[in-house]
Amino acid sequence: MSDPVLRIENLRIALPEGADRDYAVDDVSFELNAGEILCIVGESGSGKSMSANAMMGLLPDLVRPVGGSILFDGVDLLTLSEAQLLDLRGRRIAMIFQEPMSALNPLMRVEDQIAEVFEAHNLLTAKERSARAIALLTEVGIPDPEKAARAYPFQLSGGQRQRVMIAMALALEPEILIADEPTTALDVTTQAQILELIRNLQEKHGMAVMFITHDFGVVAEIADRVAVMQYGRIVETGSADAVLDDPQHDYTRKLIAAIPKLATDREQDAIGRQKVLEVEGLSKTYVTGGGLFGGNKRVVKAVQNVSLTLAEGETLGIVGESGSGKSSVGRCLVRLMAPDAGTVRLAGQDMAKLSGRALREARKSIQMIFQDPYASLNPRSKVGRIIAEGPMAHGVPKAEAYARAVELLELVDLDALSIDRYPHEFSGGQRQRIGIARALALEPRVIIADEAVSALDVSIQAQVLDLLAELKEKLNLALIFITHDLRVAAQICDRIAVMQMGEVVEMGPARAIFENPQNAYTRTLIEAIPGREKELAAAG
Amino acid sequence: MADFWKRFSRNRGAVIGVVILVIVLVVAILAPVLFPQSPWRMVQRPFLAPLDMPSHPLGTDALGRDVLTGLAYGAQVSLLVGLVSTVAALLIGIPIGALAGYFGGWADDALMRFTEFFQTVPSFALAIVLVAIFQPSIYSIVAAIAIVSWPPVARLVRGEVLSLRSREYVEAAILSGQTSGTIILRQVLPNTISPIIVLASLMVATAILLESSLSFLGLGDPNLMSWGYMIGAARTVIRQAWWLSFFPGVAILLTVLALNLIGEGLNDALNPRLARKGK
Amino acid sequence: MLRFILMRLGKAVIILIAILILNFFLIHAAPGDPAAVMAGEAGAADEKFIADLRARFGLDKPLLTQLGIYLGGVLQFDLGFSYRQQMPVADLIFSRLPATLLLTMTAFVISLLLGTLAGVLASARVGKWSDTLISTLALLFYATPLFWAALMAVLLFSVTLNWLPGFGYETVGANYTGFRRVLDIGQHLILPATTLGLFFMAVYMRMTRASMLEVSQLDFVKTARAKGLRSGIIQRRHIFRNAMLPVVTLAGLQAGQLVGGAVLTETVFAWPGIGRLMFEALAQRDYNVLLGVFFISSAMVLLFNLITDILYRFVDPRIRVG
Repeated sequence: MSDPVLRIENLRIALPEGADRDYAVDDVSFELNAGEILCIVGESGSGKSMSANAMMGLLPDLVRPVGGSILFDGVDLLTLSEAQLLDLRGRRIAMIFQEPMSALNPLMRVEDQIAEVFEAHNLLTAKERSARAIALLTEVGIPDPEKAARAYPFQLSGGQRQRVMIAMALALEPEILIADEPTTALDVTTQAQILELIRNLQEKHGMAVMFITHDFGVVAEIADRVAVMQYGRIVETGSADAVLDDPQHDYTRKLIAAIPKLATDREQDAIGRQKVLEVEGLSKTYVTGGGLFGGNKRVVKAVQNVSLTLAEGETLGIVGESGSGKSSVGRCLVRLMAPDAGTVRLAGQDMAKLSGRALREARKSIQMIFQDPYASLNPRSKVGRIIAEGPMAHGVPKAEAYARAVELLELVDLDALSIDRYPHEFSGGQRQRIGIARALALEPRVIIADEAVSALDVSIQAQVLDLLAELKEKLNLALIFITHDLRVAAQICDRIAVMQMGEVVEMGPARAIFENPQNAYTRTLIEAIPGREKELAAAG
Repeated sequence: MADFWKRFSRNRGAVIGVVILVIVLVVAILAPVLFPQSPWRMVQRPFLAPLDMPSHPLGTDALGRDVLTGLAYGAQVSLLVGLVSTVAALLIGIPIGALAGYFGGWADDALMRFTEFFQTVPSFALAIVLVAIFQPSIYSIVAAIAIVSWPPVARLVRGEVLSLRSREYVEAAILSGQTSGTIILRQVLPNTISPIIVLASLMVATAILLESSLSFLGLGDPNLMSWGYMIGAARTVIRQAWWLSFFPGVAILLTVLALNLIGEGLNDALNPRLARKGK
Repeated sequence: MLRFILMRLGKAVIILIAILILNFFLIHAAPGDPAAVMAGEAGAADEKFIADLRARFGLDKPLLTQLGIYLGGVLQFDLGFSYRQQMPVADLIFSRLPATLLLTMTAFVISLLLGTLAGVLASARVGKWSDTLISTLALLFYATPLFWAALMAVLLFSVTLNWLPGFGYETVGANYTGFRRVLDIGQHLILPATTLGLFFMAVYMRMTRASMLEVSQLDFVKTARAKGLRSGIIQRRHIFRNAMLPVVTLAGLQAGQLVGGAVLTETVFAWPGIGRLMFEALAQRDYNVLLGVFFISSAMVLLFNLITDILYRFVDPRIRVG
């Protein structure tokens, strides 16, 4: 490690009036050294992105720095004029963002967007710019760079777009690369590739990288040094090994403890227990487009010949990346989506064939917990009504249904008085508890949790997972847990089914899947889990 | 609710709009009290200029009828037609949009082709044809305006319902055993209310413009004094008597402006997220 | 592309047929004898004319047969006969159509150009006095009745100031030719086209401003800033192009209103187009002309829609390539 290229001293950034605290960043100081990757870690709202935006002079409207300095090459960036900042941006400090889907202009060819970086700094001729664009695309490992250069962003995948963003950032060989959650929106295998790419490029070009993330797994993969932020302050800094293995601050300890561990010690044997759900040959194909005046038809085989069973008291994980069909399976099971073929046997009845009243009756035994705590509760209904609605639809008298709602709220550790409040008065984790109470109201035997903790911060996630495990025990529920996060699956599942392109490629006890995966794709998936190697090494 | 009023009253334009609208409303309601004379009656010599006589501050028209009295009675017609035709358009548009959005598939296809047809046809020309063929009367005018103005409602409601339909709380309601009817009425429609209110306030404004345009062309109800009729009758004498077309036009302009301002204020107050993006 | 145009044309033809069917039923739904309705105001036409109509449209045959005869006639450009004007409706309309096309196209271009320009200007100066001025003007234009704006323009620019002609299509009796004539028509065009475009200008301006502000919040604008691009280039290349997408869509949808509005403008300015024709037909209760104009203006709207659809495909690669 060499001298600092950038030094932030006592930086303080004010939030607009009416925000939940006065400063987004409060008295923050740290250094960024040449040739190192510094990870800034924190949960949502910790202010971790703000100092990076301040460096670029790209703070949101109404948010402004009110104290301290950002020293780069002997100059305080906070004192620079807009013209001086323009010269700096892209040339000496470059930045990549979280959402590759929206970070590129949808109406411009990739090549032109890369060439713009040179144009912005009056470098090269048009012809040279386009040649450099292709060279850069080659360097970031995009297949068929000539073709990709002529493509529009919508023709590329998320991972490819993030590579384009990296190519743009690298174009002028900046001294500092800021990466703001660059892999959060990507699938785990793509994430592993992008992390590797950033690491390699950093070494090759000797840049300093400031990597902002909420994910300690990613930190373990990529960081040289770490700074942990909470409520706008840095609570701990140190080398990656020191912070991960021996955290000093309580908050850091809590965060690290909340990460689901990969090691699974479950040896539950479901054989001999009664099966509550048997699925056989489930298939679903979507056709989009077409029609009388439509364009080209697109056929997507979302679910292909999926068979699985679920025993009483068992948790089955369905894991896969986006587009693997894992959510479609869940939706076919509860008939939010009608399967094209196959049987879904629930307590002796074939769910796939029912309709009308019989379907409504059968659904009492199979309920769902949803992903988005903000979209899963009707904003105009009080919590009591949200929970009592289901039983009332099945003929339970109002008073009884509300009395039961109170019991359920207490069961999920919420105040009984919550029944008279509206969803927006609750935090994300609390809303997810309300969603669980609603699912339990009909006394189901099977619960399908579709990415039920994915939208939550890691510490909240741990609490909700604990609650689910406890309820499962207490109420003897069978759980199907759909997730993209293998760590979460490892923590909660007895058995795991791995899905890829609509098919179950491997299914077995969780331990067997993690320790001895048979399928090549399962192996890739598991190896891509961020932080896995470090964890294995620590476990000895 | 208190929060809503706070946000609404912070919008200066919206407050001005409410003030103007209340004035127009009071004048319309009190017209028979304030101006007991029929607006059709000749009260003075024709072409009396404004301010020439204190009893007729806005002058008289080609037949010696008092302009101010005409304006007051015209307010009744404008507001009535605006309101009733908007309600009628909502009654056509909301069910069509809700059914199309909720059930999707062929029902959606059929209903949307139907809506698209009415949206493509030049609405003012259709309104003219309808009123002309069914003979001008307050009923044919209201019906014609409703028929040409429901498609945006249907499209808006369909879009909202379509996005709400895949919202997780609606799916949860399906799983909890509620029937489609209950779900549409309880879970879906209540959450489309704010955009519908905003659109409705703008529709009243458009309806008033449409009514005045029809009346201007001579397609007004022959028994009712309306602003558009006053301007239409004054068109040929514009060189002699500017005030005959000027004042009714200002009345229309202010009323429509007020409704638009209110619509914007409602939009900002009901969708606080969007209001932030620079007003 | 060709397939797309053909498909859109097919759709347009279906809509036109639907309009004809609507027209047909309107004639039959009108109070009174359909023959009398077609002939114009009751009692105005002579017995022989009405008997001719009966025979020609098979008015005592079943309704569907009548519909067939009616549609068959339109296919041969027969939109009926105006008893009042003693001329086939189709001839009447086509002689008036060029004036309306000139007026609406000019109004469309003026409103789109000035509207988007003002919208861009206002969005670049949010909160400053120029934004307030433009936004206030837009609010006013948006609330101004079209016909009243036209009358006031005549009063101000023609009667009082005597700057521009406020009546007709060209100077009557001047018999200008060549460039002098074009200039003359141009002068006559200014007031009608501007007042017709006023409302739509306000619409495009508001839309452009809102759209520019919305797009400027999107992620790729931040990417562009992070590259070190000057804000002028970002405004032009990144924000403006994306912001125009909804405006173009809206322009296509609003074209219908523009054609309808021409009835009012042409009435005030005595502009010899199909709108003025419609107004005259109204006074005479000449339903054949009324329905004919309605049909042709619908066809014009479909044409406008087709043009904006094609334009949209040029602007947005996601539709063109995908």
